[in-house]
Amino acid sequence: MSAISIRNLDVVFGDNVETSLNLLDQGKTRQEIIDLGGNVVGVHNASIEVAEGEICVLMGLSGSGKSSLLRAVNGLNPISRGNLLVQDGEQMVDIGACDEATLRHMRTRRISMVFQNFALMPWLTVLDNVAFGLEMQGMGKQERRAKAMEKLEMVGLHEWSNKYAHELSGGMQQRVGLARAFAMDSDILLMDEPFSALDPLIRSQLQDELIELQQRLNKTILFVSHDLDEALKIGTNIAIMESAEIIQHGKPEDIVLNPVNAYVEEFVAHTNPLNVLKGRSLMTGAATLERFDDMLVLNRNDNTCISTSDSGQVVSASRQGKPLALHHWQEGQNIDLLQEDTLVMATPDISMRHAIEIRYRTGQPVLLNEDDILVGILSDNDFYHALLGKHFTASAA
Amino acid sequence: MNWITEHKIPLGSWMEAFVDWLTFNAAGFFDTISVSLEWLILFIVDIFQWFPPYVPMILTAALAWALHRSIPLVIFVVVALLLILNLGYWQEMLETFVLVLTATTLSVMFGIPIGILAAHKPRIYTYLRPVLDMMQTIPTFVYLIPTLVLFGLGVVPGLISTIIFAIAAPIRLTYLGISKVPENLIEAGKAFGATPMKLLFKVELPAAMPSIMAGITQCIMLSLSMVVIAALVGADGLGKPVIRALNTVNISQGFEAGLAIVLVAIILDRIFKAPGSKEEG
Repeated sequence: MSAISIRNLDVVFGDNVETSLNLLDQGKTRQEIIDLGGNVVGVHNASIEVAEGEICVLMGLSGSGKSSLLRAVNGLNPISRGNLLVQDGEQMVDIGACDEATLRHMRTRRISMVFQNFALMPWLTVLDNVAFGLEMQGMGKQERRAKAMEKLEMVGLHEWSNKYAHELSGGMQQRVGLARAFAMDSDILLMDEPFSALDPLIRSQLQDELIELQQRLNKTILFVSHDLDEALKIGTNIAIMESAEIIQHGKPEDIVLNPVNAYVEEFVAHTNPLNVLKGRSLMTGAATLERFDDMLVLNRNDNTCISTSDSGQVVSASRQGKPLALHHWQEGQNIDLLQEDTLVMATPDISMRHAIEIRYRTGQPVLLNEDDILVGILSDNDFYHALLGKHFTASAA
Repeated sequence: MNWITEHKIPLGSWMEAFVDWLTFNAAGFFDTISVSLEWLILFIVDIFQWFPPYVPMILTAALAWALHRSIPLVIFVVVALLLILNLGYWQEMLETFVLVLTATTLSVMFGIPIGILAAHKPRIYTYLRPVLDMMQTIPTFVYLIPTLVLFGLGVVPGLISTIIFAIAAPIRLTYLGISKVPENLIEAGKAFGATPMKLLFKVELPAAMPSIMAGITQCIMLSLSMVVIAALVGADGLGKPVIRALNTVNISQGFEAGLAIVLVAIILDRIFKAPGSKEEG
């Protein structure tokens, strides 16, 4: 069962919803609808499933509707049409159709939120800010403060509990925001560009902390970002939005390898592929390698060859007739310990960053084995392709 | 043009007819208000008078210390009150103080809820605004006349006129404070499941508190500025010696009574200006 299930959702702001929806059905664009006297369309026909324990990142430029969609999930934005179901125990609650009390129950018990500009109450201490949501739940003062203290310790700010928000740096303020959301013990977390207002180092640090916390707490997170690098780093899945619509939804690697249109391609071209791409999508297939006698040629210039058994296992390697060492590498092994001129064999799921490090360390291409059978190699050419953002055109060719 | 001057619109007569109608039909209502307010004010004045002067003096100094932790302010408060006592205006000072206190309390009691309502329903504010403007711009003497007719001579018409003049401050500043609450704080409140009541008391009012406090301070000052006018219709207090001095061209009495008013104004202003600021915590 999905934690959040969104089907054909439209969000229209204003008091002229019917007309705007009709215009939308006639295929008018957002601007045309505004010109014809309709309202601002925030989200149009969005459908997305977010599984339990997943981090789903909504990605897009400002004005693409990502925040509008996020805010519909806890009812801050109106749901004009379609269904938005959020899991509550055994049942799914339709946020658009439920009554006030149910919506409040969902907000206090099931869904909590982290804001871009922190949205901390300036008249409350850090501790009472963290306890704010618990106060809304109706928890007593002693109890909620004790619990808030626990969450402050979790984000490493317990020594700041009696300060006011403005006495903290931006990064610390957002940690307070995180602690406030975690204090609710709700399974679903909405994060609206939580790290965008922070400087790059702090941002990266908080991303790591979030990933680490997520591994421990296993929340379902809907995360809004305009930064594809951030999305690729933390997202289990990414949904890319443009002009109020979801135009692509998939795993990070799929987005990078197969952008659906120029808009996504533009995003991808500006990202760092090192953390996202895997050996499999970059490699030169074993079948396409040049053969010489019964050897596979890795490098013509210095005559580096490998020989394989009939079933495709790598048996030995040589350069200009001299044998080269072979090494099986697994994730977690220290790459710095590899000897130069070793031919390293790894799984095709190796990250591009690791593959490049191995290549740099050994000076040799990386062999990719699946079930002990050679499926392809990663050589300089493959790396350059990826770094120049040509991987999707290359794989299509 | 003669036609225009010959056919005068009887605006004044209409107003007079309306006030007459009120006096005739709602005399009981206005009398009840008048009697109970007068009784309340005299009762509070009596309580203060029952104490020897040093008790209110120490209490005021203690309040100044509690709110501001400033020794110069405490010294000033004590010296100023001693001077008023010395000039012989202690009784009048107490009466003025009680009048200001009552007017401010009533203004705040009605003004803050009205301000909150106006902030939540912008439509109401569009109608309210011209009324507030009018209440502050119509010369005080003009509405002193009907209040005099409705409530009779004494402290109550002075009190009502003072409230009419001063209530706009808490209404406006409450409205301003509540409508200026940052949108993201409201969203945070809603996102964590606040009921409308909790949103008001836990988010909107605390966020608007500096503005509301400014409104209350302003209200105190506006009320104080009405004491002389209130004295015209028979309200006791520091205004009376001023009026008397004016009528008898008595420079020394006018100066002394005026000085006492200024001292009360400074004391109230300094004590209630941004009390309990956060730096203390």
